[in-house]
Amino acid sequence: MSVTKPLPHDSARLHVTGAARYIDDIPTPPNTLHLAFGLADIARGVIASTDLAAVRAAPGVVAVLTADDLDRPADCAPAAHDEPLLATGEVHYHGQPIFLVAATSHRAARAAARLGRVTIKPRPAILTIDDALAAGSHFEGGPLTWARGDIEAALAEAADVIEGEIEIGGQEHFYLEGQAALALPGEAGEMHVHSSTQHPTEAQHKVAEALGVHMSAVRVETRRMGGGFGGKESQGNWLAVACAVMAQKTGRPCKMRYDRDDDMVITGKRHDFRIRYRAGVNAEGRLTGVDFIQYVRAGWSADLTAPVADRAMLHADNAYFVPAMRIESHRLRTNTASATAFRGFGGPQGMLGIERVIDHVAHHLGLDPLAVRQKNFYTRTRVQETHYGQPVRGFVLPDIVRVLAESSDYETRRAEIAAWNAGSEVLKRGIALTPVKFGISFTLTHLNQAGALVHVYQDGSVHLNHGGTEMGQGLNQKVAQVAASAFGIGMDRVQITATDTHKVPNTSATAASSGSDLNGMAVQAACDEIKGRMVRYLSEEHRIKAGNLVFKGGKVHVGNMRLSFAEAARTCYEGRVSLSAAGFYKTPDISWDRTTGTGHPFYYFAHGAAVTEAVIDTLTGEYRLLRADILHDVGESLNPAIDIGQIEGGYVQGAGWLTTEELVWDDKGRLRTHAPSTYKIPTASDLPAVFNVALWGEPNTVPTIFRSKAVGEPPLMLGISALMALSDAVAACGKDYPALDAPATPERVLMAARRVQQ
Amino acid sequence: MDIAFLLNGETVTLRDVDPTTTALDWLRETRGLTGTKEGCNEGDCGACTVMVTDTHGSRALNACLLFLPQLDGKALTTVEGLAAPDGSLHPVQQAMVEHHGSQCGFCTPGIVVSLAAGQIAGETDHARQLAGNLCRCTGYAPILKAAEIAAPKQVPKWLRDLPTGPDPRGASQAHLPATIDSLAAFLTDHPGARIVAGATDVALWVNKQFRDLGEVVFVSQIEEMVRIETAPYMIRIGAAASIEALRLAMADHHPHFADMLARFSSAQVRSAATVGGNIANGSPIGDAPPPLIALGATLILRRGEATREIALEDFFIDYGKQDIAPGEFVEAVTVPRTPGEASRLRVYKLSKRFDQDISAVLGAFNIIVEGGKVQSARIAFGGMAGTPKRARAVEAALTGQPWTKASVEAAMAAMAQDFTPLSDMRASKDYRLAAAANMLMRCWLEDHGAPVNLAEVQA
Repeated sequence: MSVTKPLPHDSARLHVTGAARYIDDIPTPPNTLHLAFGLADIARGVIASTDLAAVRAAPGVVAVLTADDLDRPADCAPAAHDEPLLATGEVHYHGQPIFLVAATSHRAARAAARLGRVTIKPRPAILTIDDALAAGSHFEGGPLTWARGDIEAALAEAADVIEGEIEIGGQEHFYLEGQAALALPGEAGEMHVHSSTQHPTEAQHKVAEALGVHMSAVRVETRRMGGGFGGKESQGNWLAVACAVMAQKTGRPCKMRYDRDDDMVITGKRHDFRIRYRAGVNAEGRLTGVDFIQYVRAGWSADLTAPVADRAMLHADNAYFVPAMRIESHRLRTNTASATAFRGFGGPQGMLGIERVIDHVAHHLGLDPLAVRQKNFYTRTRVQETHYGQPVRGFVLPDIVRVLAESSDYETRRAEIAAWNAGSEVLKRGIALTPVKFGISFTLTHLNQAGALVHVYQDGSVHLNHGGTEMGQGLNQKVAQVAASAFGIGMDRVQITATDTHKVPNTSATAASSGSDLNGMAVQAACDEIKGRMVRYLSEEHRIKAGNLVFKGGKVHVGNMRLSFAEAARTCYEGRVSLSAAGFYKTPDISWDRTTGTGHPFYYFAHGAAVTEAVIDTLTGEYRLLRADILHDVGESLNPAIDIGQIEGGYVQGAGWLTTEELVWDDKGRLRTHAPSTYKIPTASDLPAVFNVALWGEPNTVPTIFRSKAVGEPPLMLGISALMALSDAVAACGKDYPALDAPATPERVLMAARRVQQ
Repeated sequence: MDIAFLLNGETVTLRDVDPTTTALDWLRETRGLTGTKEGCNEGDCGACTVMVTDTHGSRALNACLLFLPQLDGKALTTVEGLAAPDGSLHPVQQAMVEHHGSQCGFCTPGIVVSLAAGQIAGETDHARQLAGNLCRCTGYAPILKAAEIAAPKQVPKWLRDLPTGPDPRGASQAHLPATIDSLAAFLTDHPGARIVAGATDVALWVNKQFRDLGEVVFVSQIEEMVRIETAPYMIRIGAAASIEALRLAMADHHPHFADMLARFSSAQVRSAATVGGNIANGSPIGDAPPPLIALGATLILRRGEATREIALEDFFIDYGKQDIAPGEFVEAVTVPRTPGEASRLRVYKLSKRFDQDISAVLGAFNIIVEGGKVQSARIAFGGMAGTPKRARAVEAALTGQPWTKASVEAAMAAMAQDFTPLSDMRASKDYRLAAAANMLMRCWLEDHGAPVNLAEVQA
């Protein structure tokens, strides 16, 4: 069987030889045009005049479009219809596309795009959370509040009430492959779009709308992305729509890829948050009630802010049973790039809120934060409900944490570190263990569906297609292992093919960690359908009970007879059996009412925990992560190597978010960190010198594909332990609570250490 | 400009090349070799890493910061040229597959080329070799594992003894001079010409700002300008010596300087960027000038036949303004040396990310103590002013004083007289000032054996 094997990524050989093709590598017809946007140089205003003569006159320029030149409004928004491809009168953020240039080369288009003279009459820009609150600039008409129990009573009765606030910075996705699309106009209004997108169906929908054609006339294809992380869930629409519109206008193939600086300026990032908390606690450190206010900086358009902010509210408990809880969520409209999906989708910020509360409470009470965490965990034996009313079943986290604390020698090291710190004036070490409980399913229930298309050819080879997209997470490999296992054949017989809206329609974004859960099941359904037909035919032909047919080891065992899978396929073909099937899956047992904040939005929870040790320099605030130990719940792993890769990468990305990855906007709303020279994601030496990662192999309690669990997003939140380890190290500098904001850059660490020292 | 080089073993001759076409664009757009990826087009992500071999050996370079004329006479190996002609994978490629070193795969070609170049050079610090190769998926653990597995394997025979390129013409071309004299003559005739050395900065003007560089002259063929010579009382560093060459040269004389240079950008940039470029460019955040100033370096400027020497700190007049005349160029920099004397130089680089990041502050301290008293202090900073600059008030506060914590604290207070730094995306002015002052304290603590080095702490 091919499932559960640690096989390499299906494209590994292509990756290492440079043969794996991304959008910009696809050979293009000789008359292909290259596109670039002309961008707004002001955060908010009204376009007074547009002089594009110099752009049109620039070398290589073939066409230039503004919103007025479009035959119909072209919109790029995933839901709200509030993102015009090209600004229509009003400018909402610095970097907003205003005009579109088509030229004979990428460089010519980019150079020409700089020559536009757009006069924008400025209006007062709303840039920060404070600006937005002062201006009453909310999406959804105002804050959304969910509550369980009487929070004010709980706080009034608590032995202690801890109050505080944490600023949580956003995060740039920094997918190594920038956004890209290529549109090839076909006959009779058809459009074939290659798009680096996590959501081909949405790109298809937006392109069809912009072209004024039916979705059936638009084919969107995605072989692979060079990284996505949520940044290509909705942001790729812009390029797909731009290319399609220009291709329709000119009749020529059009390609667009953002230069890195443009990419970082134009596209949305992880939402930055400010979270205020009031936490009631008894003397033992048990939480009696927590009141959260989450301020969310959403940027200029709605994009995916509502479900992101909802998920932040849904993860405000993380792993803890809090009897009374109130969460007030402000989704603030600002004149900045529209924040969007990013691995964790609000979950990380919500979770960091409660982890900060626990850290603060433990410091206040002089307790080990781990003890406070364990005291507040949901219990496995007696099922408790979350603040939104979902029973927490299969809660393996207390066991994971117990085992991890032992394997990482947490207690001994904590004592050793305290002793070391007492003798070290300048350098201080810290350690922290933080848990993750992450809800799996799209909260918008109807998205929890998937389709697949499987063909068996008469030579026994298998064509595999499904609605999920490959962005490096190994989805195709996992799903191919499911198919190979279903037919009992080797992986070399399974052909992985590009995601294609002409093969599997109406797909959901590859997001919410759901890729293998949904598409694995849909592929299995398709394979089982074909297998069922083969079994029926072969059992009738050979007068053998269906139960005596077995597919394994590349053979079909028909009673005592063994056919190669190819022979079986050929026999069935000659017997006029259809060897092609579409598979479908929808997640059972989920329901959700977001207005009341109650229901059963998640099919199950994925869990994990990490211990990080850090050392800081109190002279400059510099630090190093010294060691991390991780134990993570992936159910029965479909591919342990791929799962460990997701966990390691998630941890490092999460630690990066909370340490060196700082987005800086100036007071004009211009992003100052728009390139890797100024925006610092982790590099190889940032990996802790000691890095131990293990899987918690307990099968999922619900019947997912081979009892596996989703693994895309949850490990990102293991990185919270890095921030808490830094907080622990800063706390060793004095008496006060460090109240370390994120990202904890060396500057923030030094300033926190100075506060604590005073 | 006509050039010739080897591309994956095959001779390529190009006539009338646009001197500012990058190797990356040429490979992808003209040659259709799309394995080399564009990730940032500014030399910070490493997705476009290629290997360049010449008589000095093989090194990884960013193809986005490499103009075609810089390849003249050299051998260029791309990811497509790493595997054997029969398709057998390079040991690095094989290990990357077996140890799950790729996920999305977009950074992977750059990573395997970096590691292949590192393997040839015998590099054992794989994280250092990879500091300029960003990966957003894996978290690096499987890549470092693959690097460890591959490093001791034999360099494949098809890459071993990689020939350098075809003989770079019989005679030197005007824009590609082979001697300092011909460069000087050319610049006398063309005082407006732009000198291109490593191109790690000027390529950004082309890639990002669409600037027309006008007439350019490349110094990559001038062997005598690359040399670093150690004489009994002086070290002479040719202006075209790479930062990597400077690092290796400093390891024996000023280990603290060498350690800092290991964090100067990335392996790719250190191999391309030159000492002369880092100075002549006049950037307030170049990492080489402050330690050189602290060492009392002298700059040798050449114009036509004439040379003049000035103290390095005097070269930096103001932000964007250097003491250099049209047609004049930096020929070399010299550093005084006292044989047998242990280096007192301490260099501290402060940045948001430990590796491959531009300094928020860079402090260089050359404090000579005799009989418990500070005999002399040369202290210079980057990132604290519009130019690399000496901290003269701090120096004065220390000189002649006992080398004690109290003197250091008093001198720290003088830092505000020397500098009023800016706030920007890297750091606030308060942080810069506080950290710069604390660096002096770190210097004193380190001198007294106190543990202050993060790199020495283990879990």
